[in-house]
Amino acid sequence: MEQERKALLTVQDLGIDFGGLTAVNSLNLTVYDKEIAGLIGPNGAGKTTVFNMLTKVYEPTRGTILFDGQDTANQSVVDMSRAGIARTFQNIRLFSKLSVLDNVKAGFHNREAYSPASAVLRLPVFRKKEAVIEEEALKLLSIFSLSEEKDTLASNLPYGAQRRLEIARALATKPKLLLLDEPAAGMNPQETEELMDMIRSVRDRFAIAILLIEHDMKLVMGICERITVLNYGMMLAEGTPEEIRSNPDVIKAYLGE
Amino acid sequence: MKKKNPFGRILERDQGRRALSFILITALYLIMEAMMRSGNLSSLFQSLLVPVCCYIVAAIGLNLNVGVSGELNLGQAGFMSVGAFTAVCVSGYLSASVPSGILRLVLAILAGILSAALFGIIIGIPVLKLQGDYLAIVTLAFGQIIKSLITNMYLGFDENGIQFSFVENKTSLAPGGKMLLNGPMGATGTEKISNFTAGFILIVLSLLVVYNLIYSRSGRAIQACRDNRIAAESIGINITSTKLLAFTVSSSLAGAAGALYGLNYSTLVPAKFDFNTSILILVYVVLGGLGNMTGTMAATIILVLLPELLRSMQDYRMLIYAIVLILIMILTNNDTVRTNMTRVKNRIFAKKEGRA
Amino acid sequence: MDFLSYLINGLSLGSVYAIIALGYTMVYGIAKMLNFAHGDVIMVGAYVVFFAISSFHMPLAVGLLLSIAVCTVLGITIERLAYKPLRQASSLSVLITAIGVSYFLQNAAQLFWSSSTKVFPSVLSNGALQLGGLSISYLTLVTIGTCILVMACLMLFINHTSTGRAMRACSEDKGAATLMGINVNLIISITFAIGSGLAAIASVLLCAAYPSVYPTLGAMPGIKAFTAAVFGGIGSIPGAFLGGLLLGIIEIFAKAYISTQLSDAIVFAVLIIVLLIRPTGLLGRRIREKV
Repeated sequence: MEQERKALLTVQDLGIDFGGLTAVNSLNLTVYDKEIAGLIGPNGAGKTTVFNMLTKVYEPTRGTILFDGQDTANQSVVDMSRAGIARTFQNIRLFSKLSVLDNVKAGFHNREAYSPASAVLRLPVFRKKEAVIEEEALKLLSIFSLSEEKDTLASNLPYGAQRRLEIARALATKPKLLLLDEPAAGMNPQETEELMDMIRSVRDRFAIAILLIEHDMKLVMGICERITVLNYGMMLAEGTPEEIRSNPDVIKAYLGE
Repeated sequence: MKKKNPFGRILERDQGRRALSFILITALYLIMEAMMRSGNLSSLFQSLLVPVCCYIVAAIGLNLNVGVSGELNLGQAGFMSVGAFTAVCVSGYLSASVPSGILRLVLAILAGILSAALFGIIIGIPVLKLQGDYLAIVTLAFGQIIKSLITNMYLGFDENGIQFSFVENKTSLAPGGKMLLNGPMGATGTEKISNFTAGFILIVLSLLVVYNLIYSRSGRAIQACRDNRIAAESIGINITSTKLLAFTVSSSLAGAAGALYGLNYSTLVPAKFDFNTSILILVYVVLGGLGNMTGTMAATIILVLLPELLRSMQDYRMLIYAIVLILIMILTNNDTVRTNMTRVKNRIFAKKEGRA
Repeated sequence: MDFLSYLINGLSLGSVYAIIALGYTMVYGIAKMLNFAHGDVIMVGAYVVFFAISSFHMPLAVGLLLSIAVCTVLGITIERLAYKPLRQASSLSVLITAIGVSYFLQNAAQLFWSSSTKVFPSVLSNGALQLGGLSISYLTLVTIGTCILVMACLMLFINHTSTGRAMRACSEDKGAATLMGINVNLIISITFAIGSGLAAIASVLLCAAYPSVYPTLGAMPGIKAFTAAVFGGIGSIPGAFLGGLLLGIIEIFAKAYISTQLSDAIVFAVLIIVLLIRPTGLLGRRIREKV
């Protein structure tokens, strides 16, 4: 059953320096089509920095990122979104003064594009595209149980709903790879349980790959098919949850000597 | 019943508010027009009608920039100036070939819009990379530069063509020639072709443009960049071009406003559009409410009229104006006042909901 | 020789800008607001000195001290009455309030002292120091000297007194400063007091060089000094000093070598170019949002 799957994201020898300080070094990482992969490590290991490099918020100092067969050198954040990488943020970043629905609609920016002029003149193309956006956005909201709150300002949502909205917005861009930065942060065990189901169903329904950063080991071990461990910006281990759990280096990094 | 309109939810939510602004401004126009016809409007008020329209258009534009896009702009008067002097020159140049005043007004306003838009793009591309107060000071600087440049321009034409000189007046026109720009003296002898109806139409068009833009893909993108640049980029929104769009539309509207203004007076000096004018328009926007176009129109009308209404106070009027300004800012930002206002708002909303 | 004398004139004008810019930058650094009424405090200072000398025949030093006292009290009063209620408000509301205060001061001045221009008496001897072929007026020397003195005192105060330390703490993080037992409101008042006192000093230097006093006197120097503060990196005290001096030099050179009429345009164009290259000014700190 476990046949060689197509690699969606291939990261080779990736590294970044901040003013002489090496934050991440010699990272190799592969994410296959439609898999759920995990990136874990102690605080300050450089996990979010890896996400920032994958989405080109930071341009890597060394190494290559191949996404969907394309080299992404010198691509911008916007290019990466167009190429099919979407993300959420560790500290939630919503459009606070837009409604929940408009937050998701904003995610359709490049998917259902039309010019400002056709908006000003209310041309047929505007009506057609807006109808599609409306329909698709409402569908996304109902998947994430946010339909009731569609007219609420994003900043007025409860915490858990804000996390869900961020994922819905990311999915609105129709990504091939979704990066989740600590999706379970601040959630209680029951919410985390629901989140695990949700992540799985997102993968199945949208047929996309997911790479997530998480501290909650139960979640990581429960849903990730493969896990990469970072420590001090270096790759410590890589493998299935079972392999990671029994890896002595990992245990040492997490528990100390 | 609401489901009928498949794309219309976004239109629905603010539709009432938008319709209200059109209804109010049309009603106001009709009342003013009727009073003018029946001779019930003092000449002072009549003389204020066109300027009020101009400031409203400029303020609607600035609100797109400051309220919706979230970038403080202290140079809106500079764009008005570009629009005004372009329009005055175009109208002056065409006075012989296009005898129809209305047609000339339309052409001159279009020229004003285009030139202000062009300046908006030229200035916006480098500047919008800056953030916050630094962006504000650069727009202030551009306002000053534009004023300074126009103050030093000499433009005229005669049967041999157009003559232009900079800093020193080197134009020597043949008899029958006409000076369009005369350095610090600005434009003189302009034919007054602006009128209140044109001003009203311009307001309605500006409202349409701004509303249609806000409630669209571009409007969402503009607000997304305002609320969270990093998240906006992450979903594929190009921040520079989005901000540039808001900035350019804002300056185009200022250009239109300036054009209408310039063609309302026989003389216009460059010093008219200085830092104080930029600030005045910003005050209308802030008092009217960020992103609130109806409020902006109301604030503009009230604040243009206030000094005139206080005319009986003579010397004290500007002092009272200043005190009113400070008090409004303090009161609207005061927690107690705010809570009470929210309570009133909630009551109104509750009523609406009950009805629906 | 021309070049040198232009340079010295530029330094002199720049010194005045620098003193005003220090007021802007200190208030910005601590209260995080653009105090557009700062220029009008200069105007009030100028009127006080004018009346002290012309009407009450006081010596310049007494007039200056009186002016500093009046401006300091004025600065604190403005802050307490107009800005303090807006501590939690958006920066835009505070900006509009500052503009309201500016209108208020200008119109109050017009009401009390009429809009006609008053001629400031010549308070410093018109003599000049001859250095080779170079002639430097005493006024220029005094102006530059005052600026250096002010700057030195301010740096000593900020870096070597407990109040100065408290000010630096407030500019970093008001919340943390409060937790450390610093009276933030007091510090903000002190900042306004110092800034306004400096404005009074600047008013005398300004009026000695351009001897006319009128209600909108402070507007243009205010904008220029604000520009100088941004130029140097707003919030940075050495930045305001450097920005002020450079702005003065650029202005005088632009007037001398390019065009008098276009000097303002050139000054602002230089500002824009500098900001495009260094988006937070010459000595401003780069802020990078953490993702």
